Amino acid sequence: MVLTLMTEVYQFVLSHPDMVARWVVDHVTLSLVAMVIGAMLGCTLGVFIAGKGRERLADGVLYLAEIMMTVPSLALFGLLMLLLGSMGLSAIGFLPAVITLVVYGQLPILRNTFTAIRQVDPTVIEAGRGMGMTERQLLFKVKLPLALPVIMAGLRNAMVLIIGIAAIAALIGAGGLGVPIFRGLRNARMDLIIIGGVSVSVLALLVDGVLALLERWMTPRGLRVESK
Amino acid sequence: MIRLEKVTKVYPDGTVAVREVSFEVVKGELCVLLGPSGCGKTTTMKMINRLTPMTDGSIYMDGLDNSTTDENELRRNIGYAIQDVGLFPHMTVGENIETVPALKGWTKADQRKRAEELLELLRMEPDEFINKYPRELSGGERQRVGVARALGGDPPVLLMDEPFGAIDPITRLELQNEFLKIQQEIKKTIILVTHDIYEAIKMGDKVALMKEGQLVQYAPPADLLFRPKDSFVASFVGADRGLKGLQLIRTKEVMWKSPPTANPEEKTDVAQERMKRHGIAWVAVIDPDGRFTGWAFASDTQGADRVKEITKTSTVAAGRNAVLSEALSLMLTSGSDVLAVVDQHNRLEGVVTFETIRNTMTEVVQKGVSQ
Repeated sequence: MVLTLMTEVYQFVLSHPDMVARWVVDHVTLSLVAMVIGAMLGCTLGVFIAGKGRERLADGVLYLAEIMMTVPSLALFGLLMLLLGSMGLSAIGFLPAVITLVVYGQLPILRNTFTAIRQVDPTVIEAGRGMGMTERQLLFKVKLPLALPVIMAGLRNAMVLIIGIAAIAALIGAGGLGVPIFRGLRNARMDLIIIGGVSVSVLALLVDGVLALLERWMTPRGLRVESK
Repeated sequence: MIRLEKVTKVYPDGTVAVREVSFEVVKGELCVLLGPSGCGKTTTMKMINRLTPMTDGSIYMDGLDNSTTDENELRRNIGYAIQDVGLFPHMTVGENIETVPALKGWTKADQRKRAEELLELLRMEPDEFINKYPRELSGGERQRVGVARALGGDPPVLLMDEPFGAIDPITRLELQNEFLKIQQEIKKTIILVTHDIYEAIKMGDKVALMKEGQLVQYAPPADLLFRPKDSFVASFVGADRGLKGLQLIRTKEVMWKSPPTANPEEKTDVAQERMKRHGIAWVAVIDPDGRFTGWAFASDTQGADRVKEITKTSTVAAGRNAVLSEALSLMLTSGSDVLAVVDQHNRLEGVVTFETIRNTMTEVVQKGVSQ
């Protein structure tokens, strides 16, 4: 049973390499675009709400991000179709898919950026300020480097989440590895479901691994825990 | 150099943290802000570099009103060292020290040169430490780097908030002594905050004692100890202020510089003659190189031919920079009423007796420390 299934999967991949490649490329493109936008948006917003005297705003923004996470992704796709349609923009395909994924990735990015900046030792900040660093210098030379490991952890979290949810984007015509999954579900084609599902998992693990390396590389040496 | 005029800090909730504090710190002097916790000493200090905005009053540095300078510019010219050090953990020791030079736009080479100079000044081998990260340092080393960083931009003024606070007592003592030596070289104008009366007496040229946001007494340590302005000052310096006063004076300042000595091979009657002439009952025994070996006492001379026969060997001696409290402690623990003062090669430089200490303290109590 398992063996026949594996053979089917193997044969499908061999006979339709361009199709499988298309799904993977679409999936990766969609996730990456969403990730890049999400990271820029989330980190900027996270740094902003971590600023002095913005505690109320931070509470509000983080709460909102949490609520967005609880909305089922399918419902969010639906809502966006309505919203974008009424704005005269394309209601299906790439754009709504990217928007949804960006929204989903926000919570881990925002929360980690916010926490990371807030957790920087206040004596270190006071020392910097006492030596005449401007707020900008403090942010870029002290706070961000120290916050980087935690921010990176948030980005990894968001990336895995986005790659997973991107499979659902197939339902609104954005392509990707959701296509074989849903096609397989409709036609009882186990091999397609496996191709889609396993690829999504492998992709998520792979990207997570790359980001983990990046995280280690970007962590300032003085903060690294040396394995002696 | 630094003049505070009726400096006041009122917090938005109405708490008065500092009330009309005025004093002046002379160029090159170390002024200690002393007081119990919550007395406003740290707040007062932070108003000088404007980390805490002041509510009322003025602060002048070199006659220039602090509030007219750009705050970041101002801070780059005021060294700042804090209790928890606050070293940047993601930067090396060198990069930490170069912070202010970098902000001031010095060239990379100048920055590095400055960092090396300062590490040397704080007796840390530049080659060994400059590329280390703060987490690789001991507590004492971190504190040193903190001081070096504060001196980075060669500021004329230094603010130090309990800079020797977070370390063990032995390292603290060492650092205090070293810092005093360094200060004699660099002659910065320093304001140091502490709640430790011993530190204040030891380090301060002047001490500003604060209580509940007000300046109670601003005076040299000896005056604070022996001429307290009111009962608060008296109780703050404590009933043992006489003992604390012993910290104000070093052995080299009061020792008997050419005490009677004898050589081990000398005849005892010659040595005894010398004691009689000085009206004392002892001589210090030194070897031909001038190294201190022990004491010979008049009571033992009976029937002895040479000094070496009656020499009581002793290794108890104080350094020339030891304070009188240390000297007295050595005398009490060794049960001797005379103490040798030696240099680093154990060569006799002088002696201190109970009488020296008593006379010195009587003078200090009456007139203060003359320098």
